[in-house]
Amino acid sequence: MNDELVEQIKSNPKYQELVKKRTSFALKLGIFVLVMFYAYILTIAFEPNIMAIKTGEGVMTIAFPIAAAIILISFITTLIYVKRANGEFEDLTNAIREDVKDKL
Amino acid sequence: MTRIFLIITTIFGITLFAAGDASFEATKRELNIPAIVMFFIFVAGTLGITYWAARRTKSASDFYTAGGGISGFQNGMAIAGDYMSAASFLGISGLVYLSGYDGLIYAVGFLVGWPVILFLMAEKLRNLGKFTFADIAAYRLGQKEIRTLAAFGSLSVVTLYLIAQMVGSGKLIQVLFGLEYEYAVILVGIMMIIYVTFGGMLATTWVQIIKAILLLSGVSFMGFMVLSQFGFSFEALASKAVESHSKGQAIMAPGGFISDPISAISLGMALMLGTAGLPHVLMRFFTVGNAKEARKSVVYATGFIGYFYLVIAVIGLGAIVFLNSDAGAQYFVDGKLFGGNNMAAIHLSHIVGGNIFLGFISAVAFATILAVVSGLTLAGASAISHDLYASVINPNATEEQEIKISKISVIIIGIIGVVLGIAFEQQNIAFMVGLAFAIAASANFPILFLSIYWRKLTTRGAVIGGSIGLLTAVILVIIGPIVWVQVLGNEHALFPYKHPALFSVTVAFIAIWFFSITDKSQRAKDEQKAFEAQSIRAETGFGASGAVDH
Repeated sequence: MNDELVEQIKSNPKYQELVKKRTSFALKLGIFVLVMFYAYILTIAFEPNIMAIKTGEGVMTIAFPIAAAIILISFITTLIYVKRANGEFEDLTNAIREDVKDKL
Repeated sequence: MTRIFLIITTIFGITLFAAGDASFEATKRELNIPAIVMFFIFVAGTLGITYWAARRTKSASDFYTAGGGISGFQNGMAIAGDYMSAASFLGISGLVYLSGYDGLIYAVGFLVGWPVILFLMAEKLRNLGKFTFADIAAYRLGQKEIRTLAAFGSLSVVTLYLIAQMVGSGKLIQVLFGLEYEYAVILVGIMMIIYVTFGGMLATTWVQIIKAILLLSGVSFMGFMVLSQFGFSFEALASKAVESHSKGQAIMAPGGFISDPISAISLGMALMLGTAGLPHVLMRFFTVGNAKEARKSVVYATGFIGYFYLVIAVIGLGAIVFLNSDAGAQYFVDGKLFGGNNMAAIHLSHIVGGNIFLGFISAVAFATILAVVSGLTLAGASAISHDLYASVINPNATEEQEIKISKISVIIIGIIGVVLGIAFEQQNIAFMVGLAFAIAASANFPILFLSIYWRKLTTRGAVIGGSIGLLTAVILVIIGPIVWVQVLGNEHALFPYKHPALFSVTVAFIAIWFFSITDKSQRAKDEQKAFEAQSIRAETGFGASGAVDH
């Protein structure tokens, strides 16, 4: 990729839009998952007793539903990201490609 | 009087032991046949695939990435297959069996790495890379230095992960076929060498897909059978497990397994960041035709893996209940679970599904090991042939030469895996995987991450910092409790924590940062300037070779 093309793509508003939107979207989802996971790990590390709190009269503790929820949420966030990336972001990328296709 | 009592107890003891032993021998003989038949069906099928793949594998791209012709769904299955290794299946269910909830922390950590990789890395990795993860780091940095370092990072991870798989396979065949541990490990080594040298990535991927389907069906059946005994109530299963386990209610919450905050955080870090640095998983992003399919494959993979781990929790608790019941007594020899705690799921399969199902699960578990070691070995071989040989040692190498070196590397890695698999026989395999993740997180991840996101990264920073990260992780593992005390037999560990990631990842990041910003050379300036073009390609994929350039 030569310097001229780099400049051209960089100044393309669609490129700026793509990078801005995708970066902020990925960052938000990423931070969400990280915060969730580290909240879990830090609870285990410093206050394991919280995980031993029972959900009812029986032996069940909140630790199990929490683990299941983290697994489920991880999947859902993945799905959300891919829906948007394969739709909106992919369209933007194709539009940029269209703008510079002679030089690629 | 005492003497008579002693004699009686001795005789009784011996008889009891003999009876227990005999019944186990009997079970083993009975179940041998369906297990062996199913195993040979699998081996025959996969060798057929290898033959088919061998005829289609001509270029280096075919060999490393299956020519990029794998669909998103297939690749998702294959990624899930790489993840649902014997270490996950046998190790995590064994950990749940042994200490309850603690085993699930591994499962959660393994899974949560996925979304983060997808959001922050997968896209850019795919757009920048070609065959291996070193391609990405070497995009604007010094080829030779980066590739050499990356190859060593990959090889360390591959070797450790391979040991874990080999240990699992040896134990498994011991129980299943009654074959000696050493022969079992050698058998796995030979099979894997055949798959990879002849069939390359195409065969490896299909072996992985088939195994993933079989494994998912197998664990689903097991989970179903366990829950059906408790009216499909997880609560009822858990209360029976608490009743059966010697630790009682303690198994329902995190406990002794992760004993202190530093270990917990360190393990969490290793599991999460390590996923992003696993060479055999990264390679899978290049086997699909385009970025869209690559993203889809991550969704499928996350779904399958998540489901798998949820079922593993059921299986682990089921093992606690059933193996501690009357029906489970036959699986114990001298008060220890036959084949070790990693075999809990295998014994459970016999209880819930009889001999035929035990045969099925054993064959699948063995197939799992074959498939995962094949993927690992291919990643290790690519590091040697693509990164070390074709880029550093002989830059004028032809594709044929490169593939030839790959195949030789496969054989060597296979032999190393066998030797180390025998040496590390006594280790818990999920723990070995934890170590592999620690190294992936400390050596591979920081370089990958910073090369994508940090303009100021220079070759000097990456090479010195990455080496320091790798060395720190390896040294801390060696002087830590597992190797220093358990393997080398010293009394006290020099480094008190089992999981070094917290320290080694931090050291790696700081070292890379420091040696980059202090690099004032012209080369460093050029590398920093090249970030612009790299970031456009990482964002858009323009100019990416793609995997379909043959």
